[in-house]
Amino acid sequence: MKAIITVIGKDTVGILAKVSDACAQADVNIVEVTQSVLQDMFAMVMLVEIDKSNIGFEQIKENLDKVGEATGTKIHIMHEDIFNSMHKI
Amino acid sequence: MLETKDILETINMIDNENLDVRTITMGISLLDCIDEDIDKACTKVYDKICRSAKDLVKTGEDIQKEYGIPIINKRISVTPIGMVAAPCQSKKVVKFAYALDKAAKELGVNFVGGYSALVQKGFASGDYALIESIPQALSETDFVCSSVNIGSTKAGINMDAVKMMGKIVKQTAEVTADRNCIGAAKLVVFCNAPEDNPFMAGAFHGVGEADTVINVGVSGPGVVRAALAKGGAGKDITQIADMVKKTAFKITRMGQLVAQEASKRLCVPFGIVDLSLAPTPAVGDSVAHILEEMGLEVCGCHGTTAALALLNDAVKKGGVMASSHVGGLSGAFIPVTEDAGMIDAAQNGYLDITKLESMTAVCSVGLDMIVVPGDITPEVISAIIADEAAIGMVNTKTTAVRLIPAIGKKAGDELNFGGLLGRGPVMPVRQGSPETFIKRGGRIPAPLQALKN
Repeated sequence: MKAIITVIGKDTVGILAKVSDACAQADVNIVEVTQSVLQDMFAMVMLVEIDKSNIGFEQIKENLDKVGEATGTKIHIMHEDIFNSMHKI
Repeated sequence: MLETKDILETINMIDNENLDVRTITMGISLLDCIDEDIDKACTKVYDKICRSAKDLVKTGEDIQKEYGIPIINKRISVTPIGMVAAPCQSKKVVKFAYALDKAAKELGVNFVGGYSALVQKGFASGDYALIESIPQALSETDFVCSSVNIGSTKAGINMDAVKMMGKIVKQTAEVTADRNCIGAAKLVVFCNAPEDNPFMAGAFHGVGEADTVINVGVSGPGVVRAALAKGGAGKDITQIADMVKKTAFKITRMGQLVAQEASKRLCVPFGIVDLSLAPTPAVGDSVAHILEEMGLEVCGCHGTTAALALLNDAVKKGGVMASSHVGGLSGAFIPVTEDAGMIDAAQNGYLDITKLESMTAVCSVGLDMIVVPGDITPEVISAIIADEAAIGMVNTKTTAVRLIPAIGKKAGDELNFGGLLGRGPVMPVRQGSPETFIKRGGRIPAPLQALKN
């Protein structure tokens, strides 16, 4: 299953590295990344594969929450289908 | 890949605009639990509900986690108990309410609906005893909801049932007076009740339904309001309707996805998605605020009915393409105590019961969660029910009445339930007595609209 990770917050050094690191530790494969910085607000969207992850979805979510807390950003991980169904006909 | 702006829009809807799935409701048929011995029947009812819905709450929670969509309620609706109780020798029908409540507690669901009777044309065996037991049932249980259908376009209005329900609503408030009259908030009187409604207090599982079924009710007034606030300035009404449609489409697609996923995981057929805009007392989750965003100074001023008609229609048009099966109530709800904007408008005197009555002709339900003075007579309650049922009958739509007589309070006081049920001012009702009219009994004949064949 594919999921979307979004990271929103104030731009600081190393956000991408920290999120990628959390993914790597969980064996979550990053398929695609886009990011934009508007003024100093940072928005990153990652498409990831979580089928082969060594921990459950819930644990990945918890780990990412911790990264969010540490970097002062808000991180969500959600099933890809929710976006596909809402924004594609 | 998906567009970043679309992804961020969804995240923003959930985080800041109160987007959620209001309820996953499992409908369960109890027709195979019928037994002459009421205790045996109650055991069968309890066992069947616990068996059929054992994974409902966990599945709802799992979907919420994986998809990141809050799913507020997990509920159960059952075959109207009036039918299940029909062959029972014992008249202690209230035992069924205890069985339903016990099952709800065991499963951890938020409500179980279906302590109901369908008497639009007359009382069958079991119906009378069930209706008589409603005050006791709602007072002695925590999670049971009750509804009675007293009219339909096809059958007309059963005025004997209307007369009876005036009394029952008042009694239900009286026996729960020490708990803010909460019993009356769990009791709905319908005309043209839908058989697949996932929303409480009026949900029940119709006899034409499958053995078990999953129905989902979406929500999202906050999302619609925010869309209008962001892009509505300077737009004409056609463009406003279009914006509502587009937003309703997105909300409903999410509901459809959750419904399909829940249906797959529970191995229960998918029934319908109910396209209702259901408000909550939370700031930013109000239907009244959508109407105000359209350009009304306050909900309840002249123009409110037109704005609500537009909203109701656009929600359906947007939602209907987003779901494979649409049903239930599907439209905008206007429950006064559950909507922050309506509470304000009522408190400040802009919204009264007569304006609300006209609004019910163009929205999805009826006079919902309206607090009335505690000294209201049963005949006046019956007359309000009759008026509302007449609107539903003639317009071939569902209408409902959920009045809360605030025992010991008078117009201008406040009743506060807390939680999703909210709070509201006691609203005055019109003067003059309908007593002789109500006491006549009998049936209002079905209107010409019924003769479509």
